[in-house]
Amino acid sequence: MALLQISEPGMSTAPHQHRLAVGIDLGTTNSLVASVQSGIARVLDDERGRALVPSVVRYHADGRVDVGYDAQAKQSEDPHNTIVSVKRFMGRGLADLGDPGRFPYKFIDAPGMVQLVTVAGNKSPVEVSADILESLKDRAERSLGGEMVGAVITVPAYFDEAQRQATKDAAKLAGLNVLRLLNEPTAAAIAYGLENATEGVYAVYDLGGGTFDISILKLTKGVFEVLSTNGDSALGGDDFDQRVFCWIVEQSHLTPLNAKDTRLLLTRAREAKEQLTDHDEARITALLSTGELVDLNLTTAIFNQITGTLVNKTLAPTRKALRDAGLTPEEIKGVVMVGGSTRMPCIRQSVGEFFGQTPLTNLDPDKVVALGAAMQADVLAGNRMQEDDWLLLDVIPLSLGLETMGGLTEKVIPRNTTIPVARAQEFTTFKDGQTAMSFHVVQGERELVSDCRSLARFELRGIPPMVAGAARIRVTFQVDADGLLSVSAREQGTGVEAAITVKPSYGLSDDEIAGMLKEAYTHAEDDMKARALNEQRVDGNSLMLATRAALEQDGDTLLDAEERAAIESAISSLEQRMAGDDPQAIKRAVEALNESTADFAARRMDASVKKVLRGHKLDELSL
Amino acid sequence: MDFNANHFQLFNLPWAFRLNVEELESAYRKLQNEVHPDRFASSGESEKRLSMQWATKVNEAYQTLKKPLDRAAYLLHLRGHEVFSEKHTAFPPAFLMQQMEWREAITDARKSRNGSELDKLWRELKGETKRMEIQLASELDDAKDDAAAAMTTRKLKFMLKLIEEVGDAQEELDAA
Repeated sequence: MALLQISEPGMSTAPHQHRLAVGIDLGTTNSLVASVQSGIARVLDDERGRALVPSVVRYHADGRVDVGYDAQAKQSEDPHNTIVSVKRFMGRGLADLGDPGRFPYKFIDAPGMVQLVTVAGNKSPVEVSADILESLKDRAERSLGGEMVGAVITVPAYFDEAQRQATKDAAKLAGLNVLRLLNEPTAAAIAYGLENATEGVYAVYDLGGGTFDISILKLTKGVFEVLSTNGDSALGGDDFDQRVFCWIVEQSHLTPLNAKDTRLLLTRAREAKEQLTDHDEARITALLSTGELVDLNLTTAIFNQITGTLVNKTLAPTRKALRDAGLTPEEIKGVVMVGGSTRMPCIRQSVGEFFGQTPLTNLDPDKVVALGAAMQADVLAGNRMQEDDWLLLDVIPLSLGLETMGGLTEKVIPRNTTIPVARAQEFTTFKDGQTAMSFHVVQGERELVSDCRSLARFELRGIPPMVAGAARIRVTFQVDADGLLSVSAREQGTGVEAAITVKPSYGLSDDEIAGMLKEAYTHAEDDMKARALNEQRVDGNSLMLATRAALEQDGDTLLDAEERAAIESAISSLEQRMAGDDPQAIKRAVEALNESTADFAARRMDASVKKVLRGHKLDELSL
Repeated sequence: MDFNANHFQLFNLPWAFRLNVEELESAYRKLQNEVHPDRFASSGESEKRLSMQWATKVNEAYQTLKKPLDRAAYLLHLRGHEVFSEKHTAFPPAFLMQQMEWREAITDARKSRNGSELDKLWRELKGETKRMEIQLASELDDAKDDAAAAMTTRKLKFMLKLIEEVGDAQEELDAA
């Protein structure tokens, strides 16, 4: 077993110190936090040994917030202020929710994203998620006993731009440094693949509380390559509960229910579903606030009958993912089952029949995503030697495009393109003398813009007047390793340039996040400053470590004395600022150090690329 | 090696249509291993930005070389021909006739919801693209006949579009 490394007091900035990083599975029903310690990934439990945190948040009138089991216990009693399954509302407007009446909440249709009315004020799903993340962060810091450098947070592979951005915003709001947003099935594949030392093409079937993902991955030595992904970001265990709930209402001839009774029966429905995992029938009893008594018997046969269409709804995306990967079910070496909902026997059976093999269920479907995320966090924090590292190549789940004449979508980056990716497309003016052009960025597979999700609108102004068709406007889409998009446009025909970068409109601006933070800390101005200072110090420290390590490695070969001195002086000035307590000054010093190392970074990158090619050439010679 | 290297130079591969896929894949993985943003998650902003640019470039180069159609068009681009520019729209009548026949066959199979006919068409079209790829290799690598290769490349694009249509029809059938 690997020995624990203990650093000398005062030497805590040694480059090979283990940096604390966690993986967080922010689930619809339950959330978890895990971390790698002494080389082993494990889920961090609470004081009572419980791994799961129910993704339930209860708001009190006096500003107190309960998260997890305490909140869950009150969900039937206080349904309006107890938010469950908030993940379903992330990055979603009221129109996206279908029938909002099936939820026991009061919604406000705020621009971009719904808000929920509670006794503690209107809460955006981002804030509710941030409360869950904050409680996971507290648990991790208590359990690991130190400052975290960052977290990998998992999202459903089929999450769109708006939902990803909302998740990242929630993390920011919770004070977490996001090392990466990682797709849940990919996280599961990491945990599974490393555990079993597998090679070949695998399918990960991930049915959670509110989302469904299917990913096809190629596992080779040290590389996890996602070939395709598909899914439904509004399909999960909750929908099975909903079907049972409807069945109860129908069978018991119940009149319209109040929020309390709705919540009670949804809970009973979920319990019955869970009981059917290893029983043939489940008894459902409940006494409603109206005095009505529910007493029913749900058999496996009835359950399968009322949920059959839901099971089939997962198989259509599965077929599409296989087709996109250019594969048939027989070519899949194994099917990894992820998510609590894959415990349902009807799911296991259908998936088994589809792929012609028994699905793999040897890892705990509730924990596997968090464990994989923790392993990836460990890599990203730089805790592993490069030799036993692995590389993850993921894709975008949905095509990205622009609206063109007639409300049609022009795809700029097709779905299942490996990220990071950039694509440019040229457009021209429609009228003589046209000086502005407006762009509408959309996401989805449909031909009509109205059937796709609208991400952002922006205008490019200052195009020099020319005859129609003479201007050349180049629009560039860049998707980063988190799957997040930025778009820029540039008129380049005449050398006059104008560029704009947009963030999807569903995301929050940095100012809005700052505003929310401020609100949360209005009564504790000092807390807020302490937090800002802390964040800047973590940032500064990590940059200083990285720069020193780089200097040690390549400083002699790639820099002359003068260049090296400039970088070193930037380091020492950052060091000085970090000893002080002005977060802004530290921030400026971080920026200055970043700037001073730009050339050095470029040379290092070139050198490492060259090194790879040299190695490659040798291989060729030996053929 | 600099950032402006062409795709073949980037992976240290010969400038040719015939390609050792394993070599490409191995060079791709080795490069991504060095430049991918996951390697720079704890680095400063300038390194992060560089890493994203490099990883983006490596992905682009890999995707282009991996697909025969894109590889052929790219190779011709390096030789100074823009295969898909708007001035090239003429095709031999026999090719166009054949295209129409295939398109009709797809429409018929789609309307009659004939899955096995779609499978048959798919195999036929796949076989035809394979044949065209072999032809491209000899035109580009042996005869160095760029004009002929450009025509074959444009034809290949039509074939891939047909295959996509068969796929869409199969998907439609699956969904029902």
